[in-house]
Amino acid sequence: MTRKHLITMRDLGKADIHQILDTAASFKDVLKRDIKKVPALRGKTVVNLFYEPSTRTRTSFEIAEKRLSTDVVNFAVASSSVTKGESLFDTIKNIEAYGVDFVVVRHSSTGVPNFIAEHMDVSVINAGDGINEHPTQALLDALTIREHKGSFEGLEVAIVGDIIHSRVARSNMIGLQTLGAKVRYIGPPTLLPPQAPPGVKMYYSIEEGLKGVDVIIMLRIQMERMNKSFFPTTADYFCHWGLTKDRLAMAKKDAIVMHPGPMNRGIEIASDVADGPQNVILQQVTNGLAVRMSVLYHLSGGEHHA
Amino acid sequence: MAKELLNRKDIERIISRIAHEIIEKNKGPEGICLVGIQRGGVHLAARIAEKIKTIESASVPVGSLDISLYRDDLSLRKDHPVVRKTDIPFDISGKKVVLIDDVLFTGRSIRAAMDALMDYGRPAVIQLAVLIDRGHRELPIRADYVGKNIPTAKKEKIDVQLQEDGFEDNVQLIKAKE
Repeated sequence: MTRKHLITMRDLGKADIHQILDTAASFKDVLKRDIKKVPALRGKTVVNLFYEPSTRTRTSFEIAEKRLSTDVVNFAVASSSVTKGESLFDTIKNIEAYGVDFVVVRHSSTGVPNFIAEHMDVSVINAGDGINEHPTQALLDALTIREHKGSFEGLEVAIVGDIIHSRVARSNMIGLQTLGAKVRYIGPPTLLPPQAPPGVKMYYSIEEGLKGVDVIIMLRIQMERMNKSFFPTTADYFCHWGLTKDRLAMAKKDAIVMHPGPMNRGIEIASDVADGPQNVILQQVTNGLAVRMSVLYHLSGGEHHA
Repeated sequence: MAKELLNRKDIERIISRIAHEIIEKNKGPEGICLVGIQRGGVHLAARIAEKIKTIESASVPVGSLDISLYRDDLSLRKDHPVVRKTDIPFDISGKKVVLIDDVLFTGRSIRAAMDALMDYGRPAVIQLAVLIDRGHRELPIRADYVGKNIPTAKKEKIDVQLQEDGFEDNVQLIKAKE
């Protein structure tokens, strides 16, 4: 893979994704050693530029960066302070002047990672741009699925909940289709797109949608992105679309339950399912570290500046 | 243009000799462990361990080591290689570790391998066994056990093919194109 940025899952072919996952699998072994650090990216500097509050993604990136021996700088910006293009431009030009190698960026607006990649001579990794994409989440989900199911060909994957506000849903849909899996969207009509993307089946009934699926990806109900009423109450939402034991029983017996976190127990997922034997949620967290190490490693080849 | 340097039988004899030399030098198989460098070295390590078993009726632990993350040319490479498995399922601290590789060239891979090993523990000694030593060292490194010394020009290539990868065992010298 000779790529400089990771901005959208559309940039990655099947072979690219498997290459990233193969290396991530080896990084999981590194993470089990006494000495968890390798010298691969010694001397490189990473700036974590987070315009949206994030604890787990930022922490995951930061640990991954440190395990690869990079120097890490966290540039946390309060979500409200910078929304104008001009100040974003000034910020990144300042950071560029520090002479950094990577920018990991999260922003509430779609396209900010692209903007940075266009205006800055660094490798850019999209850690979530608005409701658009979150490619490293899709990659860590793919690694988790591959570990449990072996391959993707013909797998039925249901993505459940707040689809329209979810960058996780979009990146997963693109990545899983590239890998050969079939994707279903399940949720209330208000939280699904008006038209199904090519190849995606949509269900308004969770009981109907979960029938025979191999993988269930639950999404967080994102109150912070909802400026109008999409459903009456959270209790009402749970009643109709929450993942309960009974509903889980509609899926294949060996189906796995995933969630990108943080979970709203009792809203999108019942506690006994979240802690149940089919959940792989903490495995996703570990895989997140390994996948992010792998992405940094594969993007850091020399002399590919466009 | 390719020239055959070693055939299946030659490789078999070399494995047998190196296995004997390892036991001789270390006065028996006690405390020895073999670590093959990905990829060719891994197969050779397994074969040497097998040979030691038939000679001494003792099994020595075998591990594999990927050195990608420890290479000194990572920042120069356009395309980073997939990181393969490092699998050392035993403690190397206090052990006599024999590193095994197919071709010894600049010595940079061995430097990387030693750095990687140190992150897994503190061996009593590290020794080096290679199938081919083709010269052109760039670091002060030499092998303890050498299958065959082959003088080469820097531009030539040594191609080691092993049956574990689906080939007939053989080693070829690929001449540089003029």
